[in-house]
Amino acid sequence: MLPLLKRRMLILLNQIKTEFNAILTIAFRDITKLLRDRVRLISGLVFPVIFIGVLGGSLQANVGSQLGFNFLVFVFTGVFIQSLFQSTASGVIFLLEDRNSDFSQELFVAPVSPRSIIFGKILGESMVALTNAFGILVFGLLVGVSFTFWQAISLIAMAIAGCLLGGAFGIIVLSNLSEDRTVRQIFPFLIFPQIFLAGVFAPLKEVPTVLFILSKIIPLTYVVDFGRGLYYWGTDTYDQVVLLHPLVNLAVILAMFLVFLFVGTWLFVRKERDR
Amino acid sequence: MKPIIEVENLVKRYRKAKENAVNDISFSVQEGEFFALLGPNGAGKTTTISILTTTLMKTSGMVRVAGYDTEAQRKQVRQHIGVIFQSPSLDLNLTAEENIRLHAGLYGLYPYRPIYRLMSGNYKKQIFELAQILRMEKEMFNPVKTFSGGMKRKLEIIRSLMHNPKVLFLDEPTSGLDPVSRRTLWSYLKNVREKEHTTIFLTTHYLQEAEETDNLCIMNKGKIVAQGMPGDIKEKLLKYYLIINAQEQNLLETELGQKRIPFQKTRKGIKIFLEHSVQAQEILKKVETPLITLDVYAPTLEEAYVDIIESNQNGV
Repeated sequence: MLPLLKRRMLILLNQIKTEFNAILTIAFRDITKLLRDRVRLISGLVFPVIFIGVLGGSLQANVGSQLGFNFLVFVFTGVFIQSLFQSTASGVIFLLEDRNSDFSQELFVAPVSPRSIIFGKILGESMVALTNAFGILVFGLLVGVSFTFWQAISLIAMAIAGCLLGGAFGIIVLSNLSEDRTVRQIFPFLIFPQIFLAGVFAPLKEVPTVLFILSKIIPLTYVVDFGRGLYYWGTDTYDQVVLLHPLVNLAVILAMFLVFLFVGTWLFVRKERDR
Repeated sequence: MKPIIEVENLVKRYRKAKENAVNDISFSVQEGEFFALLGPNGAGKTTTISILTTTLMKTSGMVRVAGYDTEAQRKQVRQHIGVIFQSPSLDLNLTAEENIRLHAGLYGLYPYRPIYRLMSGNYKKQIFELAQILRMEKEMFNPVKTFSGGMKRKLEIIRSLMHNPKVLFLDEPTSGLDPVSRRTLWSYLKNVREKEHTTIFLTTHYLQEAEETDNLCIMNKGKIVAQGMPGDIKEKLLKYYLIINAQEQNLLETELGQKRIPFQKTRKGIKIFLEHSVQAQEILKKVETPLITLDVYAPTLEEAYVDIIESNQNGV
Protein backbone atom coordinates (compact mmCIF):
# COMPACT_ATOMS: atom_id res chain seq x y z
CA MET A 1 0.00 0.00 0.00
CA LEU A 2 2.75 2.41 1.05
CA PRO A 3 5.04 1.83 -1.97
CA LEU A 4 2.01 2.34 -4.24
CA LEU A 5 1.20 5.62 -2.52
CA LYS A 6 4.85 6.64 -2.74
CA ARG A 7 4.90 5.80 -6.45
CA ARG A 8 1.77 7.83 -7.07
CA MET A 9 3.23 10.74 -5.14
CA LEU A 10 6.40 10.55 -7.21
CA ILE A 11 4.40 10.52 -10.46
CA LEU A 12 2.39 13.51 -9.25
CA LEU A 13 5.53 15.40 -8.24
CA ASN A 14 7.08 14.62 -11.59
CA GLN A 15 3.98 15.90 -13.37
CA ILE A 16 4.03 19.12 -11.35
CA LYS A 17 7.72 19.54 -12.17
CA THR A 18 7.04 19.06 -15.90
CA GLU A 19 4.15 21.53 -15.88
CA PHE A 20 6.22 24.07 -13.93
CA ASN A 21 9.12 23.63 -16.36
CA ALA A 22 6.74 24.23 -19.29
CA ILE A 23 5.30 27.37 -17.62
CA LEU A 24 8.81 28.81 -17.15
CA THR A 25 9.78 27.87 -20.71
CA ILE A 26 6.79 29.68 -22.20
CA ALA A 27 7.15 32.67 -19.89
CA PHE A 28 10.83 33.26 -20.62
CA ARG A 29 10.22 33.07 -24.38
CA ASP A 30 8.32 36.35 -24.07
CA ILE A 31 11.14 38.01 -22.12
CA THR A 32 13.73 36.81 -24.66
CA LYS A 33 11.61 38.25 -27.46
CA LEU A 34 11.00 41.54 -25.61
CA LEU A 35 14.71 42.13 -25.16
CA ARG A 36 15.08 41.94 -28.96
CA ASP A 37 12.07 44.14 -29.64
CA ARG A 38 13.18 47.71 -28.92
CA VAL A 39 10.00 49.19 -30.40
CA ARG A 40 7.83 47.31 -27.90
CA LEU A 41 10.15 48.26 -25.05
CA ILE A 42 9.83 51.95 -25.90
CA SER A 43 6.13 51.95 -26.83
CA GLY A 44 5.33 50.36 -23.46
CA LEU A 45 6.63 53.52 -21.82
CA VAL A 46 5.24 56.17 -24.15
CA PHE A 47 1.56 56.12 -23.11
CA PRO A 48 2.15 55.98 -19.35
CA VAL A 49 4.62 58.85 -19.67
CA ILE A 50 2.06 60.92 -21.62
CA PHE A 51 -0.75 60.08 -19.21
CA ILE A 52 1.24 60.71 -16.03
CA GLY A 53 3.44 63.55 -17.20
CA VAL A 54 1.10 65.51 -19.43
CA LEU A 55 -2.40 64.66 -18.21
CA GLY A 56 -1.56 64.16 -14.53
CA GLY A 57 0.82 67.09 -14.41
CA SER A 58 -1.49 69.59 -16.12
CA LEU A 59 -4.58 68.55 -14.13
CA GLN A 60 -2.62 68.78 -10.89
CA ALA A 61 -1.53 72.30 -11.83
CA ASN A 62 -5.08 73.36 -12.72
CA VAL A 63 -7.46 71.57 -10.36
CA GLY A 64 -5.14 69.83 -7.90
CA SER A 65 -5.57 72.39 -5.14
CA GLN A 66 -9.40 72.13 -5.24
CA LEU A 67 -9.43 68.32 -4.94
CA GLY A 68 -7.67 68.16 -1.63
CA PHE A 69 -5.18 65.49 -2.72
CA ASN A 70 -2.21 65.26 -5.06
CA PHE A 71 -3.72 64.57 -8.46
CA LEU A 72 -0.38 63.60 -10.01
CA VAL A 73 0.06 60.78 -7.49
CA PHE A 74 -3.57 59.75 -8.02
CA VAL A 75 -3.09 59.52 -11.80
CA PHE A 76 0.29 57.82 -11.33
CA THR A 77 -1.21 54.95 -9.29
CA GLY A 78 -4.08 54.55 -11.76
CA VAL A 79 -1.93 54.64 -14.89
CA PHE A 80 0.68 52.36 -13.31
CA ILE A 81 -1.90 49.61 -12.77
CA GLN A 82 -3.81 50.27 -15.99
CA SER A 83 -0.67 50.04 -18.14
CA LEU A 84 0.26 46.70 -16.56
CA PHE A 85 -3.27 45.40 -17.02
CA GLN A 86 -3.40 46.57 -20.63
CA SER A 87 0.11 45.39 -21.51
CA THR A 88 -0.49 41.87 -20.19
CA ALA A 89 -3.95 41.61 -21.76
CA SER A 90 -2.72 42.71 -25.19
CA GLY A 91 0.38 40.52 -24.84
CA VAL A 92 -1.77 37.44 -24.32
CA ILE A 93 -3.60 38.32 -27.52
CA PHE A 94 -0.26 37.64 -29.27
CA LEU A 95 -1.23 33.96 -28.98
CA LEU A 96 -3.20 34.64 -32.15
CA GLU A 97 0.00 35.81 -33.80
CA ASP A 98 1.57 32.52 -32.75
CA ARG A 99 -1.35 30.75 -34.37
CA ASN A 100 -0.94 32.71 -37.58
CA SER A 101 2.77 31.90 -37.71
CA ASP A 102 1.93 28.25 -36.88
CA PHE A 103 4.11 28.33 -33.78
CA SER A 104 1.10 27.62 -31.54
CA GLN A 105 1.00 24.10 -33.05
CA GLU A 106 4.29 23.35 -31.30
CA LEU A 107 2.77 24.57 -28.03
CA PHE A 108 -0.54 22.75 -28.28
CA VAL A 109 0.94 19.40 -29.28
CA ALA A 110 3.25 19.36 -26.23
CA PRO A 111 2.37 16.91 -23.44
CA VAL A 112 1.44 19.61 -20.94
CA SER A 113 -1.88 20.95 -19.72
CA PRO A 114 -3.35 23.77 -21.84
CA ARG A 115 -3.77 25.69 -18.56
CA SER A 116 0.01 25.58 -18.08
CA ILE A 117 0.51 26.95 -21.59
CA ILE A 118 -1.95 29.78 -20.99
CA PHE A 119 -0.61 30.48 -17.50
CA GLY A 120 2.94 30.49 -18.88
CA LYS A 121 1.83 33.02 -21.47
CA ILE A 122 0.20 35.21 -18.80
CA LEU A 123 3.33 34.94 -16.64
CA GLY A 124 5.57 35.81 -19.59
CA GLU A 125 3.50 38.82 -20.56
CA SER A 126 3.37 39.85 -16.88
CA MET A 127 7.16 39.82 -16.78
CA VAL A 128 7.22 41.90 -19.96
CA ALA A 129 4.76 44.37 -18.41
CA LEU A 130 6.77 44.50 -15.17
CA THR A 131 9.88 45.41 -17.16
CA ASN A 132 7.98 48.43 -18.47
CA ALA A 133 6.60 49.10 -14.97
CA PHE A 134 10.12 49.68 -13.76
CA GLY A 135 10.48 52.46 -16.32
CA ILE A 136 7.15 53.98 -15.25
CA LEU A 137 8.32 53.95 -11.62
CA VAL A 138 11.51 55.77 -12.52
CA PHE A 139 9.48 58.32 -14.49
CA GLY A 140 7.13 58.75 -11.51
CA LEU A 141 10.07 59.51 -9.25
CA LEU A 142 11.39 62.00 -11.78
CA VAL A 143 8.13 63.96 -11.91
CA GLY A 144 7.84 64.12 -8.16
CA VAL A 145 5.86 61.06 -7.05
CA SER A 146 7.28 59.81 -3.79
CA PHE A 147 6.48 56.69 -1.80
CA THR A 148 7.26 55.18 1.56
CA PHE A 149 8.61 51.65 2.04
CA TRP A 150 5.05 50.36 2.55
CA GLN A 151 3.88 52.12 -0.59
CA ALA A 152 6.76 50.62 -2.58
CA ILE A 153 5.69 47.16 -1.40
CA SER A 154 2.08 47.98 -2.28
CA LEU A 155 3.17 48.92 -5.81
CA ILE A 156 4.60 45.43 -6.26
CA ALA A 157 1.37 43.83 -5.00
CA MET A 158 -0.80 46.00 -7.25
CA ALA A 159 1.51 45.29 -10.19
CA ILE A 160 1.13 41.54 -9.76
CA ALA A 161 -2.66 41.83 -9.39
CA GLY A 162 -2.89 44.07 -12.47
CA CYS A 163 -0.79 41.71 -14.59
CA LEU A 164 -2.55 38.51 -13.62
CA LEU A 165 -6.06 39.89 -14.06
CA GLY A 166 -5.05 41.61 -17.31
CA GLY A 167 -3.66 38.31 -18.66
CA ALA A 168 -6.77 36.38 -17.67
CA PHE A 169 -8.93 39.11 -19.23
CA GLY A 170 -6.91 38.71 -22.44
CA ILE A 171 -7.64 34.98 -22.45
CA ILE A 172 -11.39 35.43 -22.03
CA VAL A 173 -11.36 37.91 -24.94
CA LEU A 174 -9.26 35.53 -27.03
CA SER A 175 -11.55 32.60 -26.32
CA ASN A 176 -14.49 34.41 -27.87
CA LEU A 177 -12.83 35.80 -30.99
CA SER A 178 -11.03 33.80 -33.67
CA GLU A 179 -9.58 36.20 -36.20
CA ASP A 180 -6.48 38.25 -35.54
CA ARG A 181 -8.02 41.22 -37.38
CA THR A 182 -11.26 41.05 -35.38
CA VAL A 183 -9.36 40.95 -32.11
CA ARG A 184 -7.25 43.95 -33.07
CA GLN A 185 -10.37 45.89 -34.04
CA ILE A 186 -12.41 44.98 -30.98
CA PHE A 187 -9.71 45.00 -28.32
CA PRO A 188 -9.41 48.83 -28.05
CA PHE A 189 -13.19 48.98 -27.50
CA LEU A 190 -12.81 46.59 -24.59
CA ILE A 191 -9.82 48.38 -23.07
CA PHE A 192 -10.45 52.12 -23.48
CA PRO A 193 -13.91 52.25 -21.85
CA GLN A 194 -12.36 50.40 -18.92
CA ILE A 195 -9.62 53.03 -18.58
CA PHE A 196 -12.21 55.80 -18.34
CA LEU A 197 -14.73 53.90 -16.23
CA ALA A 198 -12.27 52.33 -13.78
CA GLY A 199 -11.30 55.62 -12.18
CA VAL A 200 -7.79 55.76 -13.61
CA PHE A 201 -8.03 59.52 -14.19
CA ALA A 202 -10.87 60.54 -11.86
CA PRO A 203 -12.24 59.28 -8.53
CA LEU A 204 -15.42 57.24 -8.84
CA LYS A 205 -17.03 58.49 -5.63
CA GLU A 206 -19.06 61.26 -7.25
CA VAL A 207 -19.91 59.76 -10.66
CA PRO A 208 -23.51 59.38 -12.00
CA THR A 209 -25.29 56.14 -11.07
CA VAL A 210 -25.15 54.65 -14.59
CA LEU A 211 -21.39 55.13 -14.81
CA PHE A 212 -21.00 53.84 -11.26
CA ILE A 213 -22.87 50.63 -12.15
CA LEU A 214 -20.85 50.23 -15.35
CA SER A 215 -17.65 50.71 -13.42
CA LYS A 216 -18.64 47.83 -11.14
CA ILE A 217 -18.85 45.29 -13.95
CA ILE A 218 -15.41 45.90 -15.41
CA PRO A 219 -12.32 44.12 -14.06
CA LEU A 220 -9.93 47.08 -14.21
CA THR A 221 -11.97 48.97 -11.54
CA TYR A 222 -11.10 46.37 -8.91
CA VAL A 223 -7.36 46.31 -9.60
CA VAL A 224 -7.15 50.10 -9.69
CA ASP A 225 -9.14 50.38 -6.46
CA PHE A 226 -7.09 47.57 -4.89
CA GLY A 227 -3.85 49.33 -5.79
CA ARG A 228 -5.02 52.67 -4.47
CA GLY A 229 -6.37 51.00 -1.33
CA LEU A 230 -2.88 49.71 -0.60
CA TYR A 231 -1.08 52.88 -1.66
CA TYR A 232 -3.28 55.26 0.34
CA TRP A 233 -3.71 52.90 3.30
CA GLY A 234 -3.54 54.86 6.57
CA THR A 235 -3.50 58.25 4.83
CA ASP A 236 -6.11 61.05 4.86
CA THR A 237 -6.68 60.63 1.13
CA TYR A 238 -7.83 56.99 1.52
CA ASP A 239 -11.53 57.87 2.08
CA GLN A 240 -11.56 60.34 -0.82
CA VAL A 241 -10.29 57.96 -3.48
CA VAL A 242 -10.84 54.34 -2.39
CA LEU A 243 -14.19 52.59 -2.90
CA LEU A 244 -13.79 49.12 -1.38
CA HIS A 245 -11.59 47.57 1.30
CA PRO A 246 -8.45 46.05 -0.35
CA LEU A 247 -9.42 42.58 0.89
CA VAL A 248 -12.81 42.82 -0.83
CA ASN A 249 -11.08 43.96 -4.03
CA LEU A 250 -8.54 41.15 -3.69
CA ALA A 251 -11.33 38.57 -3.34
CA VAL A 252 -13.06 39.91 -6.48
CA ILE A 253 -9.75 39.97 -8.38
CA LEU A 254 -8.98 36.38 -7.39
CA ALA A 255 -12.47 35.20 -8.31
CA MET A 256 -12.35 36.97 -11.69
CA PHE A 257 -8.83 35.68 -12.36
CA LEU A 258 -9.80 32.06 -11.72
CA VAL A 259 -13.05 32.26 -13.70
CA PHE A 260 -11.38 34.02 -16.64
CA LEU A 261 -8.40 31.65 -16.61
CA PHE A 262 -10.33 28.38 -16.41
CA VAL A 263 -13.33 29.32 -18.56
CA GLY A 264 -11.13 31.22 -21.04
CA THR A 265 -8.64 28.36 -21.38
CA TRP A 266 -11.41 25.80 -21.76
CA LEU A 267 -13.18 27.85 -24.41
CA PHE A 268 -9.94 28.70 -26.22
CA VAL A 269 -8.71 25.11 -26.37
CA ARG A 270 -12.16 23.85 -27.37
CA LYS A 271 -12.34 26.44 -30.13
CA GLU A 272 -8.92 25.39 -31.44
CA ARG A 273 -9.62 21.64 -31.32
CA ASP A 274 -13.35 21.47 -32.01
CA ARG A 275 -13.55 23.16 -35.36
CA MET B 1 1.54 -7.59 -32.60
CA LYS B 2 -0.82 -4.70 -31.86
CA PRO B 3 -0.65 -1.84 -34.36
CA ILE B 4 0.87 1.42 -33.14
CA ILE B 5 -1.83 3.42 -34.93
CA GLU B 6 -5.41 2.16 -35.12
CA VAL B 7 -8.13 4.05 -36.95
CA GLU B 8 -11.63 2.62 -37.19
CA ASN B 9 -14.58 4.23 -38.94
CA LEU B 10 -13.16 7.71 -38.45
CA VAL B 11 -15.50 10.53 -39.42
CA LYS B 12 -14.84 14.26 -39.21
CA ARG B 13 -17.27 16.95 -40.16
CA TYR B 14 -16.20 20.53 -39.51
CA ARG B 15 -18.70 22.90 -37.91
CA LYS B 16 -21.08 24.41 -40.45
CA ALA B 17 -19.73 22.08 -43.17
CA LYS B 18 -22.22 20.23 -45.33
CA GLU B 19 -19.98 17.26 -46.09
CA ASN B 20 -17.60 15.11 -44.10
CA ALA B 21 -13.94 16.07 -44.46
CA VAL B 22 -13.05 12.50 -43.48
CA ASN B 23 -15.70 9.96 -44.29
CA ASP B 24 -15.62 6.64 -42.43
CA ILE B 25 -12.00 5.59 -42.94
CA SER B 26 -10.20 2.68 -41.30
CA PHE B 27 -6.55 1.66 -41.38
CA SER B 28 -3.74 0.56 -39.08
CA VAL B 29 0.01 1.09 -38.93
CA GLN B 30 2.48 -1.38 -37.43
CA GLU B 31 5.40 -0.40 -35.22
CA GLY B 32 8.49 0.63 -37.20
CA GLU B 33 6.49 0.96 -40.41
CA PHE B 34 6.85 3.77 -42.93
CA PHE B 35 3.27 4.64 -43.80
CA ALA B 36 1.87 7.27 -46.14
CA LEU B 37 -1.47 8.92 -46.76
CA LEU B 38 -1.46 10.01 -50.36
CA GLY B 39 -4.03 12.22 -51.98
CA PRO B 40 -4.72 15.50 -53.74
CA ASN B 41 -5.34 18.77 -51.90
CA GLY B 42 -8.58 18.61 -49.93
CA ALA B 43 -8.55 14.80 -49.74
CA GLY B 44 -8.69 14.85 -45.92
CA LYS B 45 -5.04 14.01 -45.20
CA THR B 46 -4.32 16.98 -42.92
CA THR B 47 -7.65 16.51 -41.12
CA THR B 48 -6.72 12.87 -40.46
CA ILE B 49 -3.21 13.69 -39.23
CA SER B 50 -4.59 16.50 -37.03
CA ILE B 51 -6.94 14.03 -35.33
CA LEU B 52 -4.10 11.51 -34.91
CA THR B 53 -1.88 14.16 -33.32
CA THR B 54 -4.69 15.28 -30.93
CA THR B 55 -4.94 18.82 -32.32
CA LEU B 56 -8.42 18.28 -33.76
CA MET B 57 -11.48 16.53 -32.35
CA LYS B 58 -13.08 13.76 -34.36
CA THR B 59 -16.83 13.55 -35.03
CA SER B 60 -17.00 9.78 -34.53
CA GLY B 61 -14.95 6.61 -34.76
CA MET B 62 -12.04 5.15 -32.83
CA VAL B 63 -8.46 6.43 -33.00
CA ARG B 64 -5.60 5.04 -30.91
CA VAL B 65 -1.94 6.01 -31.10
CA ALA B 66 0.75 4.08 -29.19
CA GLY B 67 -2.09 2.29 -27.39
CA TYR B 68 -3.77 5.48 -26.15
CA ASP B 69 -7.06 7.06 -27.12
CA THR B 70 -6.48 10.38 -28.89
CA GLU B 71 -9.41 12.03 -27.09
CA ALA B 72 -9.36 10.59 -23.59
CA GLN B 73 -5.58 10.18 -23.25
CA ARG B 74 -4.25 13.16 -25.18
CA LYS B 75 -1.29 13.79 -22.90
CA GLN B 76 -0.06 10.18 -23.16
CA VAL B 77 -0.43 10.26 -26.95
CA ARG B 78 1.55 13.51 -27.13
CA GLN B 79 4.37 12.03 -25.05
CA HIS B 80 4.84 9.33 -27.68
CA ILE B 81 4.64 11.35 -30.86
CA GLY B 82 6.70 13.88 -32.76
CA VAL B 83 4.98 16.14 -35.27
CA ILE B 84 6.23 18.05 -38.28
CA PHE B 85 3.41 20.27 -39.44
CA GLN B 86 2.66 21.36 -42.98
CA SER B 87 4.09 24.82 -42.33
CA PRO B 88 7.11 25.22 -40.03
CA SER B 89 6.10 25.67 -36.40
CA LEU B 90 9.30 27.41 -35.35
CA ASP B 91 9.55 30.76 -33.61
CA LEU B 92 11.39 32.72 -36.27
CA ASN B 93 12.51 35.39 -33.82
CA LEU B 94 14.39 32.88 -31.70
CA THR B 95 17.66 31.16 -32.56
CA ALA B 96 17.82 27.48 -33.54
CA GLU B 97 19.19 26.65 -30.08
CA GLU B 98 16.42 28.64 -28.37
CA ASN B 99 13.78 26.78 -30.39
CA ILE B 100 15.31 23.47 -29.34
CA ARG B 101 15.56 24.65 -25.70
CA LEU B 102 11.90 25.63 -25.83
CA HIS B 103 10.96 22.16 -27.08
CA ALA B 104 13.11 20.51 -24.42
CA GLY B 105 11.42 22.65 -21.77
CA LEU B 106 7.91 21.88 -22.98
CA TYR B 107 8.61 18.14 -22.99
CA GLY B 108 10.36 18.26 -19.60
CA LEU B 109 13.61 16.86 -21.03
CA TYR B 110 15.87 19.30 -19.18
CA PRO B 111 15.19 21.83 -16.41
CA TYR B 112 14.61 25.11 -18.24
CA ARG B 113 17.07 27.95 -17.82
CA PRO B 114 16.60 31.31 -19.55
CA ILE B 115 20.21 31.42 -20.78
CA TYR B 116 22.06 28.72 -22.73
CA ARG B 117 25.10 29.01 -20.46
CA LEU B 118 22.97 28.00 -17.47
CA MET B 119 21.61 24.84 -19.11
CA SER B 120 22.90 21.44 -17.99
CA GLY B 121 26.02 19.85 -19.45
CA ASN B 122 23.96 17.04 -20.98
CA TYR B 123 21.80 19.53 -22.83
CA LYS B 124 24.83 21.34 -24.20
CA LYS B 125 26.30 18.01 -25.31
CA GLN B 126 23.08 17.15 -27.12
CA ILE B 127 23.01 20.56 -28.80
CA PHE B 128 26.58 20.03 -29.97
CA GLU B 129 25.65 16.63 -31.43
CA LEU B 130 22.52 18.00 -33.11
CA ALA B 131 24.48 20.86 -34.62
CA GLN B 132 26.90 18.34 -36.07
CA ILE B 133 24.12 16.21 -37.54
CA LEU B 134 22.52 19.30 -39.07
CA ARG B 135 25.91 20.59 -40.16
CA MET B 136 25.09 23.97 -38.71
CA GLU B 137 27.53 24.42 -35.88
CA LYS B 138 27.90 28.08 -36.81
CA GLU B 139 24.19 28.78 -37.38
CA MET B 140 22.92 27.15 -34.17
CA PHE B 141 22.89 30.52 -32.41
CA ASN B 142 21.49 32.50 -35.34
CA PRO B 143 17.81 33.52 -35.63
CA VAL B 144 15.75 30.91 -37.49
CA LYS B 145 14.39 33.62 -39.80
CA THR B 146 17.79 33.64 -41.53
CA PHE B 147 17.52 29.89 -42.37
CA SER B 148 16.56 28.35 -45.70
CA GLY B 149 13.38 26.25 -45.98
CA GLY B 150 15.42 23.03 -45.96
CA MET B 151 17.35 24.02 -42.84
CA LYS B 152 14.13 24.89 -41.03
CA ARG B 153 12.68 21.49 -41.89
CA LYS B 154 15.78 19.64 -40.71
CA LEU B 155 15.75 21.65 -37.50
CA GLU B 156 12.11 20.71 -36.96
CA ILE B 157 12.80 17.03 -37.51
CA ILE B 158 15.74 17.05 -35.12
CA ARG B 159 13.62 18.91 -32.57
CA SER B 160 10.69 16.52 -32.90
CA LEU B 161 12.94 13.51 -32.32
CA MET B 162 14.56 14.88 -29.15
CA HIS B 163 12.08 13.15 -26.85
CA ASN B 164 12.44 9.81 -28.68
CA PRO B 165 8.88 9.55 -29.99
CA LYS B 166 7.49 6.19 -31.06
CA VAL B 167 5.74 7.75 -34.04
CA LEU B 168 6.88 10.66 -36.15
CA PHE B 169 4.06 12.39 -38.01
CA LEU B 170 5.03 14.39 -41.07
CA ASP B 171 2.34 16.47 -42.74
CA GLU B 172 3.51 17.23 -46.28
CA PRO B 173 7.01 18.00 -45.02
CA THR B 174 8.55 18.70 -48.41
CA SER B 175 6.00 21.14 -49.80
CA GLY B 176 7.75 24.34 -50.75
CA LEU B 177 11.21 22.74 -50.71
CA ASP B 178 13.53 22.68 -53.70
CA PRO B 179 14.49 19.25 -55.11
CA VAL B 180 17.93 19.27 -53.45
CA SER B 181 16.54 20.06 -49.99
CA ARG B 182 13.85 17.44 -50.57
CA ARG B 183 16.41 14.75 -51.36
CA THR B 184 18.60 15.70 -48.37
CA LEU B 185 15.57 15.55 -46.10
CA TRP B 186 14.59 12.09 -47.28
CA SER B 187 18.07 10.69 -46.91
CA TYR B 188 18.18 12.13 -43.39
CA LEU B 189 14.80 10.58 -42.53
CA LYS B 190 15.98 7.26 -43.92
CA ASN B 191 18.95 7.36 -41.54
CA VAL B 192 16.68 8.20 -38.62
CA ARG B 193 14.44 5.25 -39.43
CA GLU B 194 17.35 2.84 -39.70
CA LYS B 195 18.90 4.09 -36.45
CA GLU B 196 15.89 4.70 -34.20
CA HIS B 197 13.28 2.33 -35.71
CA THR B 198 10.76 5.16 -35.44
CA THR B 199 7.36 4.63 -37.05
CA ILE B 200 6.90 7.28 -39.71
CA PHE B 201 3.47 8.49 -40.73
CA LEU B 202 3.58 10.72 -43.76
CA THR B 203 0.98 12.66 -45.68
CA THR B 204 1.96 13.75 -49.14
CA HIS B 205 0.68 14.52 -52.58
CA TYR B 206 3.98 13.49 -54.15
CA LEU B 207 3.73 10.01 -55.56
CA GLN B 208 7.49 9.49 -55.59
CA GLU B 209 7.64 9.99 -51.83
CA ALA B 210 4.78 7.57 -51.24
CA GLU B 211 6.47 4.91 -53.36
CA GLU B 212 9.25 4.70 -50.76
CA THR B 213 6.86 3.62 -48.00
CA ASP B 214 6.02 0.17 -46.62
CA ASN B 215 2.28 0.77 -46.78
CA LEU B 216 0.12 3.33 -48.42
CA CYS B 217 -3.44 4.66 -48.36
CA ILE B 218 -4.73 6.77 -51.20
CA MET B 219 -7.37 9.24 -50.07
CA ASN B 220 -9.78 11.27 -52.10
CA LYS B 221 -12.76 13.34 -50.96
CA GLY B 222 -12.38 12.08 -47.40
CA LYS B 223 -12.42 8.40 -48.35
CA ILE B 224 -9.73 5.77 -48.78
CA VAL B 225 -9.78 4.73 -52.43
CA ALA B 226 -6.83 2.34 -52.39
CA GLN B 227 -4.82 0.72 -49.62
CA GLY B 228 -1.84 -1.65 -49.41
CA MET B 229 1.85 -1.93 -50.26
CA PRO B 230 2.93 0.50 -52.99
CA GLY B 231 3.96 -2.42 -55.20
CA ASP B 232 0.56 -4.13 -54.85
CA ILE B 233 -1.34 -0.91 -55.42
CA LYS B 234 0.78 -0.29 -58.47
CA GLU B 235 -0.01 -3.77 -59.77
CA LYS B 236 -3.71 -3.25 -59.16
CA LEU B 237 -3.82 0.20 -60.64
CA LEU B 238 -1.64 -0.26 -63.67
CA LYS B 239 -3.72 -1.12 -66.67
CA TYR B 240 -1.93 -1.74 -69.97
CA TYR B 241 -3.72 -0.52 -73.04
CA LEU B 242 -3.40 -0.33 -76.74
CA ILE B 243 -3.96 2.75 -78.84
CA ILE B 244 -4.82 2.09 -82.48
CA ASN B 245 -6.26 4.15 -85.28
CA ALA B 246 -7.05 3.77 -88.94
CA GLN B 247 -7.51 6.11 -91.86
CA GLU B 248 -11.16 5.10 -91.78
CA GLN B 249 -11.87 5.11 -88.03
CA ASN B 250 -15.57 4.23 -88.49
CA LEU B 251 -14.61 1.06 -90.27
CA LEU B 252 -12.23 0.12 -87.48
CA GLU B 253 -14.89 0.79 -84.83
CA THR B 254 -17.40 -1.39 -86.68
CA GLU B 255 -14.88 -4.21 -87.01
CA LEU B 256 -14.01 -4.07 -83.27
CA GLY B 257 -17.72 -4.10 -82.45
CA GLN B 258 -18.35 -7.10 -84.67
CA LYS B 259 -15.43 -9.00 -83.14
CA ARG B 260 -16.62 -8.10 -79.61
CA ILE B 261 -13.40 -6.31 -78.64
CA PRO B 262 -14.27 -3.65 -76.04
CA PHE B 263 -12.81 -0.22 -76.81
CA GLN B 264 -12.98 3.48 -75.88
CA LYS B 265 -12.75 6.43 -78.25
CA THR B 266 -10.08 8.92 -77.15
CA ARG B 267 -8.36 11.96 -78.64
CA LYS B 268 -5.32 9.85 -79.49
CA GLY B 269 -7.34 7.14 -81.15
CA ILE B 270 -9.10 3.95 -80.06
CA LYS B 271 -8.14 2.67 -76.63
CA ILE B 272 -8.31 -1.06 -75.88
CA PHE B 273 -7.55 -2.22 -72.33
CA LEU B 274 -5.31 -5.26 -71.99
CA GLU B 275 -5.13 -7.82 -69.22
CA HIS B 276 -1.42 -8.23 -69.89
CA SER B 277 1.04 -6.76 -72.39
CA VAL B 278 1.21 -9.88 -74.68
CA GLN B 279 -2.56 -9.69 -75.22
CA ALA B 280 -1.81 -6.86 -77.67
CA GLN B 281 -0.51 -9.31 -80.25
CA GLU B 282 -3.66 -11.48 -80.02
CA ILE B 283 -5.86 -8.44 -80.64
CA LEU B 284 -3.76 -7.17 -83.52
CA LYS B 285 -3.98 -10.58 -85.23
CA LYS B 286 -7.81 -10.23 -85.28
CA VAL B 287 -7.87 -6.67 -86.75
CA GLU B 288 -8.00 -6.50 -90.54
CA THR B 289 -8.59 -2.75 -91.09
CA PRO B 290 -5.28 -1.12 -92.13
CA LEU B 291 -3.83 0.76 -89.11
CA ILE B 292 -2.04 4.09 -89.14
CA THR B 293 -1.41 4.31 -85.36
CA LEU B 294 -0.22 1.58 -83.05
CA ASP B 295 1.02 2.03 -79.50
CA VAL B 296 1.15 -0.19 -76.40
CA TYR B 297 0.93 1.77 -73.18
CA ALA B 298 2.22 0.80 -69.74
CA PRO B 299 1.18 3.82 -67.67
CA THR B 300 3.35 5.12 -64.86
CA LEU B 301 2.09 4.95 -61.29
CA GLU B 302 1.48 8.67 -61.51
CA GLU B 303 -0.89 8.24 -64.44
CA ALA B 304 -2.63 5.42 -62.61
CA TYR B 305 -2.95 7.62 -59.52
CA VAL B 306 -4.39 10.51 -61.53
CA ASP B 307 -6.74 8.05 -63.16
CA ILE B 308 -7.97 6.69 -59.83
CA ILE B 309 -8.45 10.19 -58.44
CA GLU B 310 -10.26 11.39 -61.56
CA SER B 311 -12.55 8.38 -61.77
CA ASN B 312 -13.36 8.87 -58.07
CA GLN B 313 -14.15 12.53 -58.70
CA ASN B 314 -16.42 11.64 -61.58
CA GLY B 315 -18.17 9.21 -59.30
CA VAL B 316 -17.12 6.19 -61.38
